[in-house]
Amino acid sequence: MGCSKSKEARVAERQADGKRGRGGRRAAKDHLFSPTSPENSTGSASTALTGPSAQLQAWIDSHSEVTLSKSTCKRYTEVKKLFKSISVPYFLLELDQAENGRGLEGALCELTLKTDVPVVFVKRRQLGGHGPTLKAYQEGRLQNLLKMNGPGDLPESYDYDLIIVGGGSGGLAAAKEAAKYDKKVMVLDFVTPTPLGTRWGLGGTCVNVGCIPKKLMHQAALLGQALRDSRNYGWNVEEIVKHDWERMTEAVQNHIGSLNWGYRVALREKKVTYENAYGQFVGPHRIKATNNKGKEKIYSAERFLIATGERPRYLGIPGDKEYCISSDDLFSLPYCPGKTLVVGASYVALECAGFLAGIGLDVTVMVRSILLRGFDQDMANKIGEHMEEHGIKFIRQFVPIKVEQIEAGTPGRLRVVAKSTDSDITIEGEYNTVLLAIGRDACTREIGLENVGVKLNEQTGKIPVTDEEQTSVPYIYAIGDVLEGKLELTPVAIQAGRLLVRRLYGSSTVKCDYENVPTTVFTPLEYGACGLSEEKAVEKFGEENIEVYHSHFWPLEWTIPSRDNNKCYAKIVCNIKDSERVVGFHVLGPNAGEVTQGFAAALKCGLTKDQLDGTIGIHPVCAEVFTTLSVTKRSGENILQTGCG
Amino acid sequence: MHQAALLGGMIHDASHYGWKVAQPPHDWGKMAEAVQNHVKSLNWGHRVQLQDRKVKYFNFKASFVNPHMVCGVSKGGEETLLSADHIVIATGGRPRYPTHIEGALEYGITSDDIFWLKESPGKTLVVGASYVALECAGFLTGLGLDTTVMIRSVPLRAFDQQMASLVTEHMAVHGTRILRGCTPLRVERLSDGRLQVTWVDLASDKKDTGTFDTVLWAVGRVPETRGLNLEKAGVRTNPNTQKILVDAQEATSVPHIYAIGDVAEGRPELTPTAIMAGRLLAQRLCSRSSDLMDYDNVPTTVFTPLEYGCVGLSEEEAVARHGEERVEVYHAYYKPLEFVVPERDASQCYIKMVCLREPPQLVLGLHFLGPNAGEVTQGFALGIKCGASYQHVMRTVGIHPTCAEEVAKLRISKRSGLDPTVTGC
Repeated sequence: MGCSKSKEARVAERQADGKRGRGGRRAAKDHLFSPTSPENSTGSASTALTGPSAQLQAWIDSHSEVTLSKSTCKRYTEVKKLFKSISVPYFLLELDQAENGRGLEGALCELTLKTDVPVVFVKRRQLGGHGPTLKAYQEGRLQNLLKMNGPGDLPESYDYDLIIVGGGSGGLAAAKEAAKYDKKVMVLDFVTPTPLGTRWGLGGTCVNVGCIPKKLMHQAALLGQALRDSRNYGWNVEEIVKHDWERMTEAVQNHIGSLNWGYRVALREKKVTYENAYGQFVGPHRIKATNNKGKEKIYSAERFLIATGERPRYLGIPGDKEYCISSDDLFSLPYCPGKTLVVGASYVALECAGFLAGIGLDVTVMVRSILLRGFDQDMANKIGEHMEEHGIKFIRQFVPIKVEQIEAGTPGRLRVVAKSTDSDITIEGEYNTVLLAIGRDACTREIGLENVGVKLNEQTGKIPVTDEEQTSVPYIYAIGDVLEGKLELTPVAIQAGRLLVRRLYGSSTVKCDYENVPTTVFTPLEYGACGLSEEKAVEKFGEENIEVYHSHFWPLEWTIPSRDNNKCYAKIVCNIKDSERVVGFHVLGPNAGEVTQGFAAALKCGLTKDQLDGTIGIHPVCAEVFTTLSVTKRSGENILQTGCG
Repeated sequence: MHQAALLGGMIHDASHYGWKVAQPPHDWGKMAEAVQNHVKSLNWGHRVQLQDRKVKYFNFKASFVNPHMVCGVSKGGEETLLSADHIVIATGGRPRYPTHIEGALEYGITSDDIFWLKESPGKTLVVGASYVALECAGFLTGLGLDTTVMIRSVPLRAFDQQMASLVTEHMAVHGTRILRGCTPLRVERLSDGRLQVTWVDLASDKKDTGTFDTVLWAVGRVPETRGLNLEKAGVRTNPNTQKILVDAQEATSVPHIYAIGDVAEGRPELTPTAIMAGRLLAQRLCSRSSDLMDYDNVPTTVFTPLEYGCVGLSEEEAVARHGEERVEVYHAYYKPLEFVVPERDASQCYIKMVCLREPPQLVLGLHFLGPNAGEVTQGFALGIKCGASYQHVMRTVGIHPTCAEEVAKLRISKRSGLDPTVTGC
């Protein structure tokens, strides 16, 4: 009956020209009376689909017109003729020819509560079968329906040049950059509340629940230390100074609020459209934006950028979502968390544990295995030791299995049952607050990627991209924490976003360089690093080919209060075979971030040990230690610090 | 003492960060004792180290007898003659007294005294525009003392002048009184023990007076060469500066006599340069090294209340060497994150990178004004040593949130005339 006989395209029908699609095996095909977009005609119907209902819904959501029928059905050729005659892009699916046709048929049944075919959907509305469709056409209703939402759903021009999903550091940087090229840009940003209901404004993790509040609270903790130090420097500060959580949090939140506002203003000034709505791909070049009232709108764009980031992971044990908090809640917690159990050994866990202890709280960290996985372990262990010496308790090789509420309150009381990782021993503890910091999951599973065929690493939920941040779907790009195998850092996302836009709309060819990216962990003793960890360097070059130079140092400022001697530590890892080129830089000490930045620039320029030795130190600062490193780790010589230089 | 002053600021900040603390008074005596104890322990440490390494140490005042012999005089006046193959002069400098000013010597003190005062100096007049003057005035103000700096012409001569004026502007905003274009005429002691200083405004020729508890001279330093009997050894000095003339090997006019550090002519007066020059010299003398000290691109930091770190050329010097058309300056006013909560004023937090205009835009100088300037500057100094270009620095990913990351984000050139104020993240 005029249905497709193609071996590869089981369901396919051509518009007038009858040209065969270039795509491989596909379950369905778009029919464009005027193929304005190459991506469309080469087919981007999903290859990684979930269940049949979802697939069905996706098609209905993403096409102006969808007809579901069977190849043996006579009535549907008339429907087809009709759509051809009115030159409307239509989408046709023959259930009996489709892969998983049976499943789809079932799904259709559930959706329509009918078993008859054909079924016609126009603009996501079920028009009915053959009769009602023709009737709607005769009465002009069909034509009106098709005119909804502007000039048709796959128009000759898109609503936007670029739609960015996620208004975090990377997304906003890309949006602002694209606006410089006079592109029509939209940002969709929506914060799904935490299980406890915390939500926030525009700007993403870094600004709202990451770097910014973290650094400010870390600063609060450092000031606590400064108050103690100041007595030794002649300031008559009282012996015990109390800390007011609410005052700190309010100050931090005020700053965040001003940043949120600043971002909105910046977008407006740059004429970027911002919608506080949740974006989900519904079909080729189309995205659905749902606002907090559930109102939905569909937008089309030539290109998309996924920058949705990550959210904290929960344990999946009884009581976790009901009673535990995550870093998404902590920074705006309206009450002091009190005695806190931090679960996890990520940098988030250690940073939070550090500043909570620093403002005077009783803090315990529960660690399953090692600290700061992925970081230099020698440094990670030194951080742990320092934290322990400063009163933070560590419970190692235990994982929580149950969290119960003993008493509600602000804070209440919780009982945590934990089990050993290598035996059946269980322990119990009572805390006011349990903070989960066991890792973060990419926000990629509920944004409709299956509807457009963006490939995911199914295990991690991360999106693999090319070195130009392109996903498996050519017109969809991704940056930031959702990327597979890349660094989860704000400045990296910003850099990647900005460079991507310059490549897309400027004539740039500069790619984001993910090598030698410096970073800092703001634990009480800060840790700055750039390049390879010692372990990675050994793995890459062989133990005999690397030389590690190291030294302890004692910041001059700490000598007067006489604290923490031989805790600060500097280490560089050199590749002997390459003129002792510095491949790893590690520093543990105050202002580690400030120290590391410049060295990162030097690493970019191919820094060698010789050049380090030839550089004059700035006296008296911590960073100068790197210009006088002389002891190799191999030698085993003493690196305990005694006096000046 | 700079740190003590910074801590005063931190106590103020702390209350904004939730600490229930009121600004306490400062106890000079306690601070001075702690600082002095630390210095003494370092003195001791140096003696122990010398002993450990079997270096003979004499507490003598030395002068040359002939090119191979020096005479050491002990505290008790005993003389000892010592001879050596090689002699290194590293006697440094001492603060200069403006002896032409009446009362300068009798009533004034210098930086050699200030750190050893057991009592608070009280209301202080610092005379001079050197980094010593500004650093001292800065920490005295920070410790809560009424402090005035008197500057004859420009502050921080030889440093980048835009940065220098931001440094003094910051000090003025934060309570240091700055008298520009003035020079003292005389210092008198009043009957109550306080010091009355009379000065003249050089522009208007108007005289004025003020009363202070302490007058601190920071008008420069003199090399310690006069007591050395250099002429007996034949070591030549610059008659204007009294500094010893040296070559690239640090050798003086007498080949086996060397001079390093602040006594040597044309060398930066900085501890780490002296250390490195000494170390390299020893390596050349005692082992087979031929490595010479590289005096270019020496980084340094001025520990004024808002610290100033720099390396390489000042903007003026870059323009003088390469011409204005060939120099591109990238700059930014930024706000350290830590400043926002206590609502600290960041008007003077400023960064400037002086580059060649022609690609790849080699970096000629970096100037950073802000907290922890020394820590920030060190790594970049290394980058400049490695031949960093503007492109290199721009391709370096920032560390968020730090002040140093602003260096990697310098996008506005002075030439463009665009507003260099950093907004947002």
